[in-house]
Amino acid sequence: MNEIKENQAEELSDDMKVIDEVTSSEYKWGFVTEIESETAAKGLNEDVVRMISGKKGEPQWMTEWRLKAFRYWQKMEEPKWHNVHYPQIDFQDISYYSAPKQKPQLNSLEEVDPELLRTFEKLGIPLEEQKILSGVAVDAVFDSVSVATTFRETLKEKGVIFCSVSEAVKDHPELIKKYLGSVVPYTDNYYAALNSAVFSDGSFVFIPKGVRCPMELSTYFRINSQETGQFERTLIIAEDNAYVSYLEGCTAPIRDTNQLHAAVVELVVLDNAEIKYSTVQNWYPGDKEGKGGIYNFVTKRGACKGKNSKISWTQVETGSAITWKYPSCILQGENSVGEFYSVAVTNNMQQADTGTKMIHIGKNTRSTIVSKGISAGKSNNSYRGLVKIGKNAEGARNYTQCDSMLMSDKCGAHTFPYIEVENNTAKVEHEATTSKVGEDQIFYLNQRGISSEDAVNMIVNGFCKEVFNNLPMEFAVEAQKLLAISLEGSVG
Amino acid sequence: MLSIKNLQATVDGKEILNGINLEIKAGEIHAIMGPNGSGKSTLANVLTGNKSYEVTNGEVSFVDKDLLEMNPETRAREGMFLAFQYPIEIPGVSNATFLKTALNEVRKYKGLEELTPKQFLDMLKEKAKALGMDESMISRYVNVGFSGGEKKRNEILQMLMLQPKFVLLDETDSGLDIDALKIVSNGVNIYKNPNTAFLVVTHYQRLLNYIVPDYVHVLYKGRIIKSGTKELALELEERGYDWLVAEQAEVV
Repeated sequence: MNEIKENQAEELSDDMKVIDEVTSSEYKWGFVTEIESETAAKGLNEDVVRMISGKKGEPQWMTEWRLKAFRYWQKMEEPKWHNVHYPQIDFQDISYYSAPKQKPQLNSLEEVDPELLRTFEKLGIPLEEQKILSGVAVDAVFDSVSVATTFRETLKEKGVIFCSVSEAVKDHPELIKKYLGSVVPYTDNYYAALNSAVFSDGSFVFIPKGVRCPMELSTYFRINSQETGQFERTLIIAEDNAYVSYLEGCTAPIRDTNQLHAAVVELVVLDNAEIKYSTVQNWYPGDKEGKGGIYNFVTKRGACKGKNSKISWTQVETGSAITWKYPSCILQGENSVGEFYSVAVTNNMQQADTGTKMIHIGKNTRSTIVSKGISAGKSNNSYRGLVKIGKNAEGARNYTQCDSMLMSDKCGAHTFPYIEVENNTAKVEHEATTSKVGEDQIFYLNQRGISSEDAVNMIVNGFCKEVFNNLPMEFAVEAQKLLAISLEGSVG
Repeated sequence: MLSIKNLQATVDGKEILNGINLEIKAGEIHAIMGPNGSGKSTLANVLTGNKSYEVTNGEVSFVDKDLLEMNPETRAREGMFLAFQYPIEIPGVSNATFLKTALNEVRKYKGLEELTPKQFLDMLKEKAKALGMDESMISRYVNVGFSGGEKKRNEILQMLMLQPKFVLLDETDSGLDIDALKIVSNGVNIYKNPNTAFLVVTHYQRLLNYIVPDYVHVLYKGRIIKSGTKELALELEERGYDWLVAEQAEVV
């Protein structure tokens, strides 16, 4: 008996090794050979911040900006108000800079962990993409660099800038100086300050006046930083009458040896412009006991600065051990619109505290919040949302709908709505429901020949329909499959 | 096709079925009648494998297989169909998605190819038309916001699509006005064929004017206390159940 158990354990740890090998983060471009193997010693101080800035060849003003953020961070306290629990993080026990390790290049998919391939299969990820994701050499036609280059040229013709933040610091300093930190200042919160001091890299997007970005921009096609960084920083600007749809993340499971992730995303939207930001997050949630999962502490915020501007956040969150994330909209311009559509799934020991903030400042600003929380296993899923109507926000309107679905008797669903209204012409509506996946629903579908597993997927996907409808088509299809995988075996 | 021997079942520990015996052959229409609480709906739920009901004794064979050994979806794929008394709502799932999934599961089980989307839609439109249903119901969410009549019609539509061997109609007439009743019955009569058997569970004789049974059984306290032909239903309509119950008491 013991022997069998040991064997299984060995096999398991072998699998884990393979998965780690296959998926450990890699950074293919932008680093010279000498620094390839370099990892900074653990700990954080001004020298480390200077070192990071130096390694990236940043100008003095950027280094100073990071240092200011660092000094501010030192005076701050880690927030404790959220409904998630984790052991105290020792911020001096983390390495804040590591030059990317080269992962072994595999020759074919046969060398990839079968478990990973099984997941790819279920997600319906095309073969060539599977190879890229698992680090298999890709043939020339599909080489992501060449795809991305063509892609970049099309954008250039339109005047769209799409590059890494590091590149933008060098090539477009005036834009970075003007906008970086303009929506999420480093003083905003603990993790935003930390990110500002040590951010690794991220996307920079600039859509000039009157341009409708001709394609959906996805991190997947971004040159130089295909991999998600530990402290990702994203900045998107849409000038007057501009439009862009931006896709972040990936449905494929992403593992990372860095446990703490603290990203910052800033959106700036001017008159009559619109940004649609879609996220699918599927980072490693840890094992069934919750060990080894990623802590995802994100600050995402958009400012609708112009009149008739619009920001739409759509997110499907299935990964991470802990998710702490509130994509928000500051509705400053008259008639500006903020939307938040979210599906958050937690299983096993996962914890999610997520929601949004809609800050109505301008007249006739409108916001819509649709949040669908699904809890399974022993997980905990909280919606936390703030709707604030300022005193000048004549005629502002908000509609909030929070629905929770429970898949087991041991999971939790919580709703924390905060509503602050300072203008009595505003209309604020809030609806909330909690339901359990109905046995009568499952039986009804069973009676038509559909298995319980498929029945649950069908019911859950139906539950999330309003959110999926807001995702770009291919993303929506993948998101549905992702949901099925995340909840596999959760109904007994 | 269906052979029930000494079937006993409980709900929450309470005995509801006390030894049902019934033989149903292909092409036959049987009706089960009885007063409230006699076990009619329990029988339908037990045959389709609802987990809220526990079988404590007896045997059921369906198409020469042990029915009680099968899970609910296998029973459905083998061709057992229940038209629910209270059809369930599935928000966010369109009728088309639901029916396509169900139909393809059944076809896969039978070793048949999946239908192409066009084949499926053509078939669905044709069947919906036969039931006088508006095409808009194809994209509506399963039973959500349907009127009582629409829900029952939707059940019959599913039957026409899935083409089962054995159809259980559980109080299909309840909550229907006379026009809806005619449409629903008409749907059943369109489908009637020598390879399919029906078990019509009903409280009233009214439905049996439209779906004419070959046999009528009276269920009382979880047992069939009398069987006869369609004339028995008319007699029950006229005299109620009391005389039968009294007769039963005498026998015991």
